[in-house]
Amino acid sequence: MPDPRGFLTVARAANPERDPRERVADHREVFTLLPWDDVREQARRCMGCGIPFCHHGCPLGNLIPEWNDLVRADRWREAIDRLHATNNFPEFTGYTCPAPCEPACVLEINDDPVMIKQVELAIIERAFEEGWVRPRPPETRTGRTVAVVGSGPAGLAAAAQLNYAGHRAVVYERDEAVGGLLRFGIPDFKLEKRFVERRVALLAAEGVEFRCGVDVGVDLPVDRLRRDHDAVVLALGSRRARPLDVPGADLAGVHKAMDYLYQRNRAVAREEGHFAPEPAEPITAAGKDVVVIGGGDTAADCIASAHREAARSVVQMDRYPQPQGTRPREITNWPRVPKRLPSTYALDEGGTRTWSEGVQALTGQGGHVTAVHGCMVSGPPDFHPLPGTELTRPADLVLVAIGFLSVEPMPLLEDLAVARDERGNVDAPGFATAVPGVFAAGDARRGQSLVVTAIDEGRRCAAAVDAWLRSSAP
Amino acid sequence: MRDLASPTTASGDVTRRMAIGRSRVAGLYDPTFEHDGCGVASVAHLSGEPSHETVRRALVALVNMSHRGAEGADARTGDGAGILLQLPDELFRAAVEGLPPAGRYGVATCFLPRDRARREAVEHALTDAVEAEGQSVVAWRDVPVAARHLGEAARRRAPVIRQLFVGAAEGLDQDAFERKLYVVRRTAEKRGGADVVVPSFSSRTVVYKGMLVAHQLAGFYPDLTDPRCRSALALVHSRFSTNTMPSWELAHPYRRLAHNGEVNTLLGNVNWMRARQAWLASELFGDDLAKVLPVPADPDGSDSAILDNVLELLTLAGRSLPHAVMMMIPEAYEGRHDLPEELRHFFAFHSFLMEPWDGPASVSFTDGRVIGATLDRNGLRPGRWVVTGDGWVVVSSEAGALPVDPATVVRKGRLRPGKLFVVDVESGTVSADGDAELAIARRRPYGSWLERGAVHLDDLPSAEGPPEPSDLPLLDRQLAFGYTREDLEVVVGPMVDAAKEPTGSMGDDAALAVLSDQRPPLFRYFKQRFAQVTNPAIDPERESIVMSLTTRLGPMGNLLEETADQARAVVLPDPVLTDFQLSRLRRLSRPNLEAATVDCTWPVTEGADGLSGALERIRREAAEAVTGGAGIVVLSDRATGPERVPVPALLATGAVHHHLVGEGCRLGAGLVVESGEPREVHHIACLIGYGAGAVNPYLMLETVRDLAAAGVLADGFGPADAEQRALKAIAKGLLKIISKMGISTIQSYCGAQIFEAVGLDRELVDAHFTGTPSRIGGVGLDVLGAEAVDRHRRAWPTTQGRLPDGGVLAWRRDGERHIWNPTTVTLLQDAVRNGGGRSAFTEYTRAVDEDAARRCTLRGLLELRTSDEPLPLDEVEPAAEIVRHFATGAMSLGSISPEAHETLAVAMNRIGAKSNTGEGGEDPRRWVPDPNGDSRRSAIKQVASARFGVTVAYLVEADELQIKICQGSKPGEGGQLPGQKVSEYIAHLRHSTPGVELISPPPHHDIYSIEDLKQLIYDLRCANPSARVSVKLAAEVGVGTVAAGVAKAGADHVVIAGHDGGTGASPVSSITSAGVPWELGLAETQQVLVENDLRSRITVQADGQMKTGRDVVVAALLGAEEMGFSTAPLIATGCIMMRVCHLNTCPVGIATQDDELRRRFAGTPDHVVTFFFLLAQEVRTIMAGLGVGSFADLVGRADLLEPDGAVDHWKARGVDLSDLLVGAKAPSDAPRRRTRDPEPIVDAFDVDLMAAVRPAVDHGVGVQLVRKVRNVHRTVGGLLSGEIARARGDGGLPAGTIRIHLEGSAGQSLAAWLAPGVEITVRGEANDYVGKGLSGGVVAVRPPETASFAAEDNVIAGNTVLYGATGGKAFFRGLVGERFAVRNSGASAVAEGVGDHGCEYMTGGCVVVLGPTGRNFAAGMSGGEAYVLDRDGSFADRCNLDLVDLEDVGPDDAAALRSLVDEHRERTGSAVAERVLEQWEETLPLFRKVMPRDYKRVLEERAARAADGGGEDGEATPSPAAADNGQPTTSGPVAVGATADA
Repeated sequence: MPDPRGFLTVARAANPERDPRERVADHREVFTLLPWDDVREQARRCMGCGIPFCHHGCPLGNLIPEWNDLVRADRWREAIDRLHATNNFPEFTGYTCPAPCEPACVLEINDDPVMIKQVELAIIERAFEEGWVRPRPPETRTGRTVAVVGSGPAGLAAAAQLNYAGHRAVVYERDEAVGGLLRFGIPDFKLEKRFVERRVALLAAEGVEFRCGVDVGVDLPVDRLRRDHDAVVLALGSRRARPLDVPGADLAGVHKAMDYLYQRNRAVAREEGHFAPEPAEPITAAGKDVVVIGGGDTAADCIASAHREAARSVVQMDRYPQPQGTRPREITNWPRVPKRLPSTYALDEGGTRTWSEGVQALTGQGGHVTAVHGCMVSGPPDFHPLPGTELTRPADLVLVAIGFLSVEPMPLLEDLAVARDERGNVDAPGFATAVPGVFAAGDARRGQSLVVTAIDEGRRCAAAVDAWLRSSAP
Repeated sequence: MRDLASPTTASGDVTRRMAIGRSRVAGLYDPTFEHDGCGVASVAHLSGEPSHETVRRALVALVNMSHRGAEGADARTGDGAGILLQLPDELFRAAVEGLPPAGRYGVATCFLPRDRARREAVEHALTDAVEAEGQSVVAWRDVPVAARHLGEAARRRAPVIRQLFVGAAEGLDQDAFERKLYVVRRTAEKRGGADVVVPSFSSRTVVYKGMLVAHQLAGFYPDLTDPRCRSALALVHSRFSTNTMPSWELAHPYRRLAHNGEVNTLLGNVNWMRARQAWLASELFGDDLAKVLPVPADPDGSDSAILDNVLELLTLAGRSLPHAVMMMIPEAYEGRHDLPEELRHFFAFHSFLMEPWDGPASVSFTDGRVIGATLDRNGLRPGRWVVTGDGWVVVSSEAGALPVDPATVVRKGRLRPGKLFVVDVESGTVSADGDAELAIARRRPYGSWLERGAVHLDDLPSAEGPPEPSDLPLLDRQLAFGYTREDLEVVVGPMVDAAKEPTGSMGDDAALAVLSDQRPPLFRYFKQRFAQVTNPAIDPERESIVMSLTTRLGPMGNLLEETADQARAVVLPDPVLTDFQLSRLRRLSRPNLEAATVDCTWPVTEGADGLSGALERIRREAAEAVTGGAGIVVLSDRATGPERVPVPALLATGAVHHHLVGEGCRLGAGLVVESGEPREVHHIACLIGYGAGAVNPYLMLETVRDLAAAGVLADGFGPADAEQRALKAIAKGLLKIISKMGISTIQSYCGAQIFEAVGLDRELVDAHFTGTPSRIGGVGLDVLGAEAVDRHRRAWPTTQGRLPDGGVLAWRRDGERHIWNPTTVTLLQDAVRNGGGRSAFTEYTRAVDEDAARRCTLRGLLELRTSDEPLPLDEVEPAAEIVRHFATGAMSLGSISPEAHETLAVAMNRIGAKSNTGEGGEDPRRWVPDPNGDSRRSAIKQVASARFGVTVAYLVEADELQIKICQGSKPGEGGQLPGQKVSEYIAHLRHSTPGVELISPPPHHDIYSIEDLKQLIYDLRCANPSARVSVKLAAEVGVGTVAAGVAKAGADHVVIAGHDGGTGASPVSSITSAGVPWELGLAETQQVLVENDLRSRITVQADGQMKTGRDVVVAALLGAEEMGFSTAPLIATGCIMMRVCHLNTCPVGIATQDDELRRRFAGTPDHVVTFFFLLAQEVRTIMAGLGVGSFADLVGRADLLEPDGAVDHWKARGVDLSDLLVGAKAPSDAPRRRTRDPEPIVDAFDVDLMAAVRPAVDHGVGVQLVRKVRNVHRTVGGLLSGEIARARGDGGLPAGTIRIHLEGSAGQSLAAWLAPGVEITVRGEANDYVGKGLSGGVVAVRPPETASFAAEDNVIAGNTVLYGATGGKAFFRGLVGERFAVRNSGASAVAEGVGDHGCEYMTGGCVVVLGPTGRNFAAGMSGGEAYVLDRDGSFADRCNLDLVDLEDVGPDDAAALRSLVDEHRERTGSAVAERVLEQWEETLPLFRKVMPRDYKRVLEERAARAADGGGEDGEATPSPAAADNGQPTTSGPVAVGATADA
C-alpha cells in the first residue's frame, strides 16, 4: 500500500539534467538518472489514487501507481515486470516521452506531480543494470508468420507482441538500421542510439527477425510478401511533412526539419564509427543564422541540434500565443496536457523563441534564403496577421517543423490496395484494413503522435492480428 | 396463509417462498419480509387459583401498552391483539352442554372461512379427524363477538369464529390427549389447507385474538369480560407490524407463545428442520408422528408461527416447555466461567442437536401450567417483572403496564439476556435466578456425554503434515480461479498486514456482476442482507461476549430424543480450516465421522456445457457418500489443472446442500468446502450461508504464504504468521458479516442464506439456492459455465503470465467499469468549475448515462418513454423549484473538513435545498447567518447511533431530523472516524477525545424494534415539533415493508439508500457486498406504501450514486419525491475519488482534518450551486420530453419507464426488470406521493405542563409542579426542553428553575433531551431510555415512600438509560438495566447496580455505580470516567479492559466522587449512599476508577500544555479554522455567545 503521507513529507526533486553549457558540446543524454534511493523517495509521493488519472493520461495505460509503489517498497524486480506488462520499451518512453501522465497526476492540482517519468526510467535502467531484462522467447511457436513493415516504435512493439504470442515476426526496414524515428528522428542527446541497439538485440534474441535495407514494394514485391507471411502489419510512420505555404518556401536553405534531423543522426553515427550513408546535399547549421519554424518537439530538437553545430544564432518562430502561466495547471484544466509549454530543454541551451509570430514570406539572394518575413498573428484557429507588426529575421538556414500530414505515398500501399482515410492515412479503424490479413498501426494509421502512442498502437494491433490468426485456419 | 381470502396451500415446500415472491404477487413486495414488534405481558397468580381478576388485569396491561402496537391506514384496524389463558371451564360449561369434566375435553378456537361451503369443509375436516383419532366431538360453539368494535379493514377480513369442543377417549391421560388434539389439528390442516386456521386447540389453554387494536380485544370478545372467564394465568400481546397486510391469524399469542422479536436465521432454521424431518422418531408419538409432519406446517409462515410450531412439537414429544425454549434460544455460554458448568454442558450438548434460533426476542410462553419469559442472548427486548406479597406475578414489556400498589411489592426485576423467568402456578414457585435452568441442565449427564463424543481437531495427535503442494505454478492456479492483482494487493495482502479486513472509502460505482465483463466470481452476484429497524445489528467487537464461531461437523441425530450418541461430532473453534486441519479431518477414523471427498471440477474438453453435468454428478456423489455412511463430505476443487475447470464453489455448495436436504440425508454429514476460489471474507460467508460447515480456502492460504515468502508484507511476517493473521482477519470479518444481520453464532448462520441474489437466473436460484430472493433474474448456468471456462483459459493452455488488474475497488483502464472514471470526473469538473457550463455538463451526462451507467447499473437498462406530445421547455416547472427536491448526503463534519462541509451547507441554503449535518453534531456558530446573508446551518440534522453532538439545541435547529438506521455503503454497521481525523475541533463538537477513533454502534441502542423506532420518532417530535422526521434505510429485499412500518411509526420522510452510497471509512467487503441498488429498494418501497395506503403519509427520498438528470427522473418515476447526492457535489468542489477518506490525507482538502491539506480545498458554494442547476435544467429537458410539466407529477409514474431494448449486453439478456415497473396493486386514484401533513403532538404529558412552566421559560421564574405519571406518558420533559432550547439555546435555564415531581411509573424516554434548569424527580419507577440525550437537566428516580422492598435490590429503571446524554445529571436509587450510560458524552450519573454493557462507547461524563455490575462494562469506552464500588473484588472480571485501565481513586477524584454520592443521597434518599458516606474512609478504597487509556493521555497532555504556559488551551472552544488558515471558504467563523455545554 502506498505511503498515504508521502506527498506531504517529500518534495518533488528537480529533473536531473546536465548543465546546458556542458551538454551542448556533445551528443550525450541531456537528462540523467536520479540515484536509486532518490527515486524511491520520489515514488513515495505517489498516493495510489482511487482514480489514477496518470494511468488514464498515459496512452499505454501504464500501471503507474502500481510500479511507483513497488519502487517505494524497494521491489524493483517486480516493478520492471509491472512496467513491461504494458510497455515494451520503457527506456524509449523514459527518455523521450513528454509524459502526459505527469500533468494528469492528482498532485498537479495543487502541488508538484510525482516524477513518474524518472521513476519509469529508473526502473528500466536499473533492471538492465541488474541483468533482469533478458530475452523471453515464447515457449511454443504457432507456425504462423507476420511481416511488420517499418521498424519505428509501433512496428517494434507489434513485432515484440506477435513474437510473444508465438508467431514468427519479420520486421522490414528500408533504412540501413532499425528504429525509424527513434533512430533517425530523435537526436542522440535525447535518446542515445545504444539504447535502441540494446532493445533491438533483445528482440532479436527473442526471435524477432530484422531485414534492413528492404523497401517493401520496391525491393520485395508485395505478392511475395503476402506469400511469405500469414499477415502484414503496416507501421510506416507519418512522414509526409506539412508544407510551409508561403512565398519563398522553395529557396535553397529551407529544409524540412526531419531531413535535417536524419542527417544529424547519421553524422553522429558515423562519428561513432557506424555505417551511415553520406547525404547528397548536406544541411548544416554551423555558423549560420538559423530560424526554426514551429513550436513542437521536433522544432526543439532542431534548435538543440543547431546549438551543437555551433550555429551563429537560433530563433524559433511559433505562431501560437505564449501560454498564460508556466505550469500545466495554469495553462489548461487539470488533468489535461497543455499543447505547449513556454520553455523547453533546447531553449535552456540558447536561442530565442517568439510567440504569436507567423511567417509571411521567405526571401533570399541567389536562390538561397536570407530572411524570414513575419508578423504578429491573432490566436488560433485563424492566425490572422495583425497589420503593422511586420518584422524580418535574417536567416541562412530555415528549418520547417510544422508537423506531418500523413503516411507517405508509396508503391507498397498501391500494390496492397489498402484504402486511405480522409487525412490520407491507412484506413484501419480496428487495426485491420479492408484487405484480409493486412493491418496497420502507429502514425501511418492514426497520424503523427508520440512514441508512447506508437507503442500502444503496435501492441493493440498485435492483439488484433493474433485474434485474427487464431480465428483463421492456417 | 396470511390472508384468509388467499387460496394458499400449506405444501411444506420451501420453494414456495419464492413462488409467492414472484408469481402470486407481481412486483417486488413479498410478504415473507414482513416484520413485527410489539408489547407483551403476562399475569399469573401463584395460588394457581383461576380467577377472572387475572384476565382483567392482563387486559388492563394490554391496553396500557397500546402505544407499542400500531394502527394501519385505517386507524381503527390494529395489527393484532390477543390473549392466551387457561380454559375457562365455568364459562364453557355454561355455554356448552354435555361437557366432560375439566381436563377431559379440549377446545379448538377456529377462524373459519365466511364462505359456507368452505367453512363446512373445514369443520368436517376437523370433526372427521377427531373421530379418526378416536376422540369424540362434543359440540361446536359460535364464539360471541361484537363486530362493531372492528375497524374497516379488520371487518373485511374477519373470519367466522367458532370453537369445537372435543372429549377425550377413555384411558387417555391429559398429555396423551394433548398429543391427540395436536394430531387432529395437523391432520385437518393437511387436509383442508390454508382454510384451516386453528389458533388454539388444547385441553389446557385457549386463545382469543384478532386483527384488533389492544383496547378492542375485550369488547370484541364478550367471553373475556364474563366474570366466569377465569384463569390462573394469562398472556397478552399487541402487535406492531411493519406493514398493513396483517391478518387475523398473525395476531399473537400463538398456541405456546407470544413473541416480540424476530428470528434472523429463520430460513436456515426452517431448512434444517426440514432436513431433520427424515430423522425424527418419538416413542410418545409412535406412528402418529408421520401425521403431524412436516413441522413447521407452513415454512413460509411468520417467524413467530414457526417458532411456535417447533416449540409445540418439542414439548409434545416430551421436553418441558422451559427446556425446549432453552434449546431454541440458548444463552451465550461459551467462555462463560460465571455460568454453572452443568448449564454450559447443557447448551453445548444441545448445540449438537439444533442451531440457535437467533435474533432479538422476548418470548413469553405458557402451556397452561407454567408461564414464563425469556430474552435472546443479547437482551434486545425489554421485559420487567414484579412479584407482590398477595401472590400476583406480572411480566410486561414496560414497568407500570399493570399498576401495582408499591406497598405490596416483594420483588421487582427485569428479564435478562438469555435467562428464563418462570412461574409454575401448579407449585406456586417463581424462578428468576437460574434455578429452573439448572434443574433442567442436571436432568442428564450432558457433560460426560460431550466428553465421550466431541472431537476437538487441534487436540488430536499430529501424525503427518499437510498435503503435498501442487506442482502447478501458483500464478496459473490463481488465474484459473479468477484472482486479480487487486485481490492480492488490496484485499489479501492488507488483510494479513492488519490482521483484519482492509478499510476503504467512497462508494461502489462499479458494474453489477450481471453486467461485468470481467468474469466476476459467483460470490459477487450475492449481496449480504442486514438488519434494519425491526432488528438491531450487533457490534461483534465491543460485544464479543455474545458472539461465537464455534462449528460442529458430523451427522446430527433425532431431535426428539436425547442420547449420548448425539454428542458425536468434530468441534472447530471457527469454520476456516488450514490445509493441515483438513488433512487431519480426512484422517480421522471415528465411526460416523469418516470424510468422503467429492471432486468439484469438470473436464475442459466439455466446455461451458460441462458444468451442468458436473453439478449433477457432484450432487449424486455427495448423496451417495452420505447414504454410504460418510459423516463429513468434502467438496474439493483441488483437481483443478490444465485439463479440469473448477465448478464455482458456491454453486457446488448450494447445489449439494439443497440436494441433500431434499433427499432427506442432509443431517447425515457435515459439509466442508475445499476450494481455491474463496479469497475474501464475503466469499467465505457465502459458502457458510449456503450450508458449508467449514471452508478450507487453500489457494488463498497458499497465496498468503507466498506473499510472506516473497517478503512483500508490511511487517515482514513469515508464512506461518501470515497465515494465522489471514485466518484471524477472516474470523473477525465473519463475525462482522453475521452481526450485520443481528446473528450471533456462525452455527445459526450456516445455511441461513442471508443474501439476496442480484442478476441470477431464477431457475438456477430455485434449484441451488432455494429460497434466496433473486428479483430481476439474470445469468444462468450457461453464463456461469462460460465464465469459469474463460477464467480457466487465462491459465491454460497458455498462461496469461500475470493477473488481470481487477479494478473493482479502484478504476483501472483494463479493469472493471466504473461510473466515476477519469472521463466523467473531468467532465463534471469542467462543467461546474472550469467554465464548461451546459455543453460540458451535457457531455458529462452523456458519458455517465450512455457509456457507463448502461453497462453498470439497473437504471441503465431502463428507457424513458418519451411522449408523442412533448411540452415546450418553458411550460416545465422552473429549475429553481426543482432543486428544492435535492439534498446533499449525510457526510459528517469529521469525515469531511469544515471547509467542505460549510461549502455544501451554504450552497444548499442558497438554492433552498437541504444539506445534512451527518453524524457529527454542528457548531452552534453556524446557526447565526453570515454577514453576507449566507447560512452555514445544515437544514437536516442527523441523529445517528452515536448521537454525537445531539443536544436539544441541535434538535431544535433542524428543519428535518434524520434518524440514520443504515448507510448504503455499509448497512448494518456503525460509522467509524479514524483517530487522526478527530481534531480538537471535531472532538469538541462530538464531546469526545482528540486523536481517539470514534466508533458508532451498529444499531441505535434505542431502536431494537419497530415500536422502539416509533418511540424515537416521538421523542424527536417532542423536541422539535416543527421539523419533519426522516428515517434513512438501505435497499435490500424487504425494505418496502420496513418503510411501511416507518410510515406507521409516524415518520414524515424515508430515505432509501442504494448499496452504492459512499462512505468515509468502511471495510471494503461492506462497500462492495452488502445491500442492493436503490432502483430495487425504491420500487419495492413505492409498491408497498401505495398498496398499504400509506404513501400519502410519507415523503420518499432515494440516494446512491445519483449523478445525472436521468438518474433523478428515473428515481422520481420509481417513486421518489426527493434525491440525495453526495459524491457528485463533492466532485463539484474538487473531489477526485482519491478513496483515502479514512486516512486523513485527502489531497484536495475535502475528506481531511489536516490543517495543511484543508488549505488545499478549492471548492466554493458556486460550484455546488452550478452543479444542481445544471442538473435541474437537464431534468427539465427530460420532463419536457416526457410531457410532464410538474416534478410532483413524475413521482411514481413507473409506467413511463420500460426496459431498454437497445441495451445489448451478452449477460444482461436474462435480466427481467418488469417487477420494478409493475404498478402498485391499488386503485388508480390511490395516492402515489406525499399529500398529508403530520399530525401535531397533542398527547404528550408536556402539553399539559407548558402553561404552568411558561413563566419559567419566558422569564426564568422558578416553578415547581407535582403530577401523577403512568407508563403511557412518554418522553416526559421532551417538549418542554425543546421550548427552552428554542428560547435559550443549549445554555438553557439556570439550575433548578423548573422542578417537576412525579409519582408513579414513568413511561419510556423519561427526561429525554432534558434541558439545563429542569429537574425531574420520580417517586416510583421508570422504563427504558431515561435521560435519552440528556442535555443538561437533572433526573432522579427513587422508589415511592410506601415501598417496603429494599431499593438497592430491585429494578428502578429499564435499559439504555442516558443513551447519548451530552450533559446534566441522573440519579437512580435501585438497579438499572443493560447499557447504562451507553454513548454518554457528558452526563454525570449514579445508580445502585447496572446490567450488562454499562458505559458502553462512553466518551465523556462520569458514572458512579454503587452496587453490582453486569458483564462487559466499559466496552468501547474512550472518554469520561466511571467509579464502581467493587465490594467483592470481582469487578475486573466483568469489565472489558480493551480500552480502559482500573485505577485506585486518587485524592482529586475522591472529592468529585463524594460530591456525586452526596447529591445522590440528597436527591433519592438512598440508603446505600448514606452508608457509603458514613463509612467513607473505609469504602473509598473499594471503589475502582475506570479510566480510558487514551482519555488519560489526552488529559495529561493538556495538563502538560497548561503547565508549559499554554494557558487555557484545553478549555477554550476550539475553532474550525485551520491553523493560520487565511482563506476560509465562507465568511469565516462568527463568534457568538453560545458555547457548547462541555
